[in-house]
Amino acid sequence: MNSPFSKRNRWRQPSVLPGFGLTFGFSLGWLTLIVLIPLATIFLKSAGMGWSDFIKVGFSERAVAAYRLSFGTAAAAGLVNAIFGLLVAWVLARYSFPGKKVVNALVDLPFALPTAVAGIALTALYAPNGWIGQYLDPLGINVAFTRIGIIIALVFIGLPFVVRSVEPVLADLGKDVEEAAATLGATRHQTFTRVIFPAIGPALLTGFALAFARGVGEYGSVIFISGNMPGKTEIAPLLIVTQLEQYAYDGATAIATVMMIASFAILLGINLIQAWSRGRAGA
Amino acid sequence: MITVQNISKRFGDYPALHNINLTIEPGEFIALLGPSGSGKTTLMRIIAGLEFQDSGHVLFDGEDVSTRKVAERGVGFVFQHYALFKHMTVAENVAFGLSVRKRKDRPSKVDIKARAEELLGLVQLGGLGNRYPAQLSGGQRQRVALARALAVEPQLLLLDEPFGALDAKVRKDLRRWLRGLHEQMGLTSIFVTHDQEEALELADRIVVMDHGVIEQVGTAEQVYMEPASPFVSDFVGEINRVDVTVTNGLIRLHDRQLDIPANGHADGPAQLHFRPHDVELAGAGAGAGAGGLPIIVSNLFRKGGKWRVEGHCGALDRVIEIDLDAADTPPHVGVQLVVRPTKSRIFHTSGR
Amino acid sequence: MSQRAIVSESRFARGLLIGSALAFLGFFLLLPLVAVFSEALKQGVGTFWDAVKEPDALASIRLTLLIAAISVPLNIVFGLAASWAITKYSFRGKSLFITLIDLPFSVSPVVSGLIFVLLFGAHGWLGPWLNAHDVKIIFAVPGIILATVFITFPFVARELIPLMMEQGKDDEEAAVSLGANGWQTFWHVTLPNIRWGLLYGVLLCNARAMGEFGAVSVVSGHIRGLTNTMPLHVEILYNEYDFVGAFAVASLLAVLALVTLVAKSVLEWRFDYHHGGAGH
Repeated sequence: MNSPFSKRNRWRQPSVLPGFGLTFGFSLGWLTLIVLIPLATIFLKSAGMGWSDFIKVGFSERAVAAYRLSFGTAAAAGLVNAIFGLLVAWVLARYSFPGKKVVNALVDLPFALPTAVAGIALTALYAPNGWIGQYLDPLGINVAFTRIGIIIALVFIGLPFVVRSVEPVLADLGKDVEEAAATLGATRHQTFTRVIFPAIGPALLTGFALAFARGVGEYGSVIFISGNMPGKTEIAPLLIVTQLEQYAYDGATAIATVMMIASFAILLGINLIQAWSRGRAGA
Repeated sequence: MITVQNISKRFGDYPALHNINLTIEPGEFIALLGPSGSGKTTLMRIIAGLEFQDSGHVLFDGEDVSTRKVAERGVGFVFQHYALFKHMTVAENVAFGLSVRKRKDRPSKVDIKARAEELLGLVQLGGLGNRYPAQLSGGQRQRVALARALAVEPQLLLLDEPFGALDAKVRKDLRRWLRGLHEQMGLTSIFVTHDQEEALELADRIVVMDHGVIEQVGTAEQVYMEPASPFVSDFVGEINRVDVTVTNGLIRLHDRQLDIPANGHADGPAQLHFRPHDVELAGAGAGAGAGGLPIIVSNLFRKGGKWRVEGHCGALDRVIEIDLDAADTPPHVGVQLVVRPTKSRIFHTSGR
Repeated sequence: MSQRAIVSESRFARGLLIGSALAFLGFFLLLPLVAVFSEALKQGVGTFWDAVKEPDALASIRLTLLIAAISVPLNIVFGLAASWAITKYSFRGKSLFITLIDLPFSVSPVVSGLIFVLLFGAHGWLGPWLNAHDVKIIFAVPGIILATVFITFPFVARELIPLMMEQGKDDEEAAVSLGANGWQTFWHVTLPNIRWGLLYGVLLCNARAMGEFGAVSVVSGHIRGLTNTMPLHVEILYNEYDFVGAFAVASLLAVLALVTLVAKSVLEWRFDYHHGGAGH
């Protein structure tokens, strides 16, 4: 690494504070060692595979079915979360009611509860003899071991992403803006659809994208409730594990590569949304 | 005509307004002037319908609008921090009020657009319709907020601290321009301010408020020259306050008898108010300054066309400010002067 | 004095909205939590304790604590160094650096495990060399630690960066101008300013480190008593239809989650420390 202290090096502005070399050097080194090099291996391994082999294992019938399932259920769960997450964020940002602090803390439960615990708990609830499943079973509704079960697990995992994206924006949206709409003759409904909703739109979209991205990669909470039938309820992360257990490293790597590219695309999308909304609304 | 009758309002235990009565004639430009917490903003928000009074009535042209929603009152409201819709362009902001009307009352899209353009021209922002509020300066945002409020053709324009968030130069220009606009459009306008200079310069009549009550309503001249209460006297314009006692119709400062008529003021402790420019200097000779206030000049600077002299008054242990003609030779620091107010008011101090 | 009379909903609408939000949260968040404890205690406290005291369960608890005790401090050191470098200086490529730190959040846990298998596994790039020198990483504790550090990599840094960005560097520059050296400046000026944010990040980092399942599952090898962390032990017991045992261990993890939530809330209320980001 070039010495950051070199005078000719203008990539860093001078500062009176000491420790740049140490902290920057250490953090970049650690980042490279723990994150960048390991992540790079997956792309190198894919590249070493050859294009046709990559397509063959990365887009096999079983793999495509798994992608479709993972992305489809993550999108469905993201949508459910966009709606209910907005509702929860609205209620938390706007109203006061007894127990609000507890409810506010509870929203972060999916961040704190290990996914495996969530997985077995949801399965226990929705299994045909479970607390909720026993009432759904006679109606012919199967949740556990179907796509609906996967969606429920992903709704659990993704909810806080939407709530925590939208809530601060809603809270920041000045009361005076809504009053302004009212003085100009807007009904409450018009104020919501034309003033509030467009203002929180980017945050809602960001929350949806975060929940979606998390849902696509989610493993622990899903595998217990999904039933894991190849081609039907086998999510992509599970397929990677299955391939690994069969020592099919190429298959696992190819599927992982496809998923990682998809994740990075989503990440890029999120950044674009945020840059766009910042540029429009001012810093 | 706007009539406010016996309005009272509490926020929890805090009385924001107490029995307010006020009548505003069509075409008037009214300032609600007072320190923060005086209730001026609350009063304006009640007139607008953004807040509801606990008791009393608001009448527009004799009709009680107390139960009418804000949207139905036909008021234009300009918010202190503008409250522009950030995600809409300037033109969309201005057009908002027209575009949310019920279909049968709503002008066509083309008409709305033309109207928005026209208003932007009126507030001297023609051609900026496609910008977003974030891309405008503070003064420009203020004018967008004004154009947006005017778009719904309000019979009453309400402005909350309209110049509060602007820097001094822009503020002065915008003030003059707003006054012109008010006259040009024949509006009735009320604005809230804590800046007495702004109120004196702009308003036809000033409503001075403090602690939820109206202290005085009057023209700038009346409020300045004939303050109805010590609060008004103190709050509007600069003032010197001197604690005195009235005994047998004579004003005394400690042992010293001042050469100022008590105008039949009742005996007891009182406060003498006089403005820095309402003074003359007594002669320097012995005994000439017997009826005045002796001060030692402590500081001196030019203020506009006058000399501002700050002098310490030993008998009061406080600083008295006076203005002297700039043409005169200024006194030196440390010199003793004897100041005699030419115009003053006396207020009883027991009440407050 | 939040008089929202004008810009709020009717009492009825408000009640309806609050009611449906609470119903949704109750159904989707609270009920699963209740289920964990209820299932764990289904056959009484005695059975619950027996399940927890079982040697393999105890081994998994010890391993989980060990993993957290190693990976959390590593992330604290990294988080402090990275956020100092990022927030106290201006240099080119800063936003790329921040994006790279966030990278592990956007990688599926399973993929996070896979990359270490590809590197250190028996068939991995360094596998033969490691084998020759008798170093075991995959299917052993070092692999679990590596995967955990990777997964929790951004937690502390992303909590500190916005906080320190907001605080600027005036305080530090003042300290340096008064003659403090870098270490004194950090210890006496910076650290007191960021301690609650740091604690917040550590809480979340710890919760994730103890609870991680996917990544650890791939690298652990599931050897009972040796490489089974608590979440993995839950899975094994569950798959063996030992539901009480599975839920007993799971309930310990649920308690950890609750403690995390309470501590986090206390930080938010008591110290008015507001969580900036959109979470993880």
